[in-house]
Amino acid sequence: MNGEAYLGILTFLGTGGLFLLVTFSISKALRPDKPDPEKLSIYECGEEAVGNGQIAFNSRFFVIALIFVLFEIELIFLFPWAIVFSDPKMIRANGSAWTGLAMLEMLAFVFILLMGLVYAWAKGHLDWIKPITVPTETKSSIPNEQYQNINIKYSGSIVKENNIQA
Amino acid sequence: MIDKVFYFLSFLAILAGLMVVFTKNPVHSVLYLILAFFAIAGHYILLNAQFLAVVHIIVYAGAIMVLFLFVIMFLNLNAETEPQKPIFYKFIGVILSGVLLTLFVGAFRKLDPIYSDLPQTDIGLIKNLGIVLFNEFTLPFEIISILLLAAMVGSILIAKKDKAVVE
Repeated sequence: MNGEAYLGILTFLGTGGLFLLVTFSISKALRPDKPDPEKLSIYECGEEAVGNGQIAFNSRFFVIALIFVLFEIELIFLFPWAIVFSDPKMIRANGSAWTGLAMLEMLAFVFILLMGLVYAWAKGHLDWIKPITVPTETKSSIPNEQYQNINIKYSGSIVKENNIQA
Repeated sequence: MIDKVFYFLSFLAILAGLMVVFTKNPVHSVLYLILAFFAIAGHYILLNAQFLAVVHIIVYAGAIMVLFLFVIMFLNLNAETEPQKPIFYKFIGVILSGVLLTLFVGAFRKLDPIYSDLPQTDIGLIKNLGIVLFNEFTLPFEIISILLLAAMVGSILIAKKDKAVVE
């Protein structure tokens, strides 16, 4: 292992951690600290928190997660391509047509995988699955127009009452 | 120095692996599994396989763990709802893992310590991988995309079947 090359990565990690530590210590030193049970309770939009946070997940995200995994594996293959694409050694070895060839290869690769996305899209698997709502049918002997008529007849008086209350 | 890093990463990986088994909350065990994956990625870097380390973090700690969490969320496993397993299953589990442990110990005891004389090459760098991939394995590289396409279509079909049952 050549340690020099990892010094940069370690510096990044160390600086990142140090940054967090310093920022949090500053805010801890500055803020007032008077905890009570109400303040320490879980904030849930002012409501009393009920039950467990880890509930059964909705299945509608699952297909999207599957597609995400496969596209991430595609992404893995983009890294070596991006490095080799403009490599002078490869250009010298394969002639001037190399960059065009590499571009075509990657375009074919991405295009074939794009077919999968198009498949999922065309089949409607990317659509949000809406719950099926069935409106309740009520059998009433009074026809619907009667209600409408009453509404129209008394609409003026309701307005008046509202005005009085206001 | 490298020895110390190796022992630290091994300790971390084994500790995280034990915590995966021993934590009651399945979501916590997934998080410990992510820690174990990071430790193993560190081992890859020690073995001069930098690209593999990055892939391991991106794919395993990123994507595969998302699916693990999904499955756990689907099944809604909690410490309270988890059914008490019969003692018989525990017995079988102990025997099977004991057999596996014996196998590993027997196999690794015969191994030479290859760790000490690693080839100091840059074979694991992305650049070398890319040169090999685009010089010798161009056709397999394109076929990988067809494989991934088949995997995508197949997984969508299977997931769709499950969805119909849920509805």
